[in-house]
Amino acid sequence: MKVSVITFPGSNCDHDAYEVFRSRGHIARMIWHKDHDLQNPDLVILPGGFSYGDYLRCGALARFSPIMNEVKVFAEKFGLVIGICNGFQILTEAGLLPGALMRNSGINFVCKHQMLRVESSDSPFTQGLAPGRLLSTPIAHKEGNYFIDPEGLKALQDNDQILFRYCDAQGDASWEANPNGSLDNIAGIVNKGRNVLGMMPHPERSATESVYSQDGSFIFEAIESFFDGGY
Amino acid sequence: MLKAKIFVELKPSVLDPQGKAVTNSLHNLGFEDVSQTRIGKYIEIVFDSSDKDAVSSEVTKICDSLLANPNTETYRFELQETKS
Repeated sequence: MKVSVITFPGSNCDHDAYEVFRSRGHIARMIWHKDHDLQNPDLVILPGGFSYGDYLRCGALARFSPIMNEVKVFAEKFGLVIGICNGFQILTEAGLLPGALMRNSGINFVCKHQMLRVESSDSPFTQGLAPGRLLSTPIAHKEGNYFIDPEGLKALQDNDQILFRYCDAQGDASWEANPNGSLDNIAGIVNKGRNVLGMMPHPERSATESVYSQDGSFIFEAIESFFDGGY
Repeated sequence: MLKAKIFVELKPSVLDPQGKAVTNSLHNLGFEDVSQTRIGKYIEIVFDSSDKDAVSSEVTKICDSLLANPNTETYRFELQETKS
């Protein structure tokens, strides 16, 4: 699998993503945001961080980076794109995913391990993961409070576009288990074409043996089996 | 020259945790009659042109394409003659 990781000015999880894919035996490339060539990838990663210093709104300026034109064309051709944390914010600002990520309801930056519940296995990113499956992944953000209007939320629910919800250790997606006020405990969604994923949690920070949790690797395994023809 | 004074505000349906925290702080300071605080953004842009219609249409485009997120925010602006 060929993976292109985009580096925006202020990205800080680009090397984490690069290392995870490289260590799993894939061809990983770092692409500078001013480049105009994605280098023919199978998967594009918009990493976490603070692109453009989060000026104006998180992700609002990164969406105008030259490489984003290529990312849009790639996504329209059903290329796989994952936006993690700031990458999720960029995807919503770019209109590749619906809704917006607002300031956390508790105002503070939240940095901790968070339980996620897989809601749908109908995507290249979650195939083989049964709905209800729990994943422990780190979150680290101040603007992760997902918001969308009621019609938009209904469309997400009706189209099975919600892939991950925040939950507690028992799998209950309760308000108490919601770390940021996100609507309907939404932690990650896909577009209608199911090829663009945005998620606030960091699977790339929980996919090697040297860290606390390895649950993020289940998502990467799902993508690998997608490219092996399993979807 | 024209100066655009642009106000970007959260839609009424969108919760404003910052505003809520400020309301709580104001109550702690003794301003107990404060019932709500909403926090938005104020942006000034200066244009070389003095053509109000043209600048007004430009500001609208600027707000729609970058300054406000239509999912969560609304905007309004006023234009003012300026020398710098």
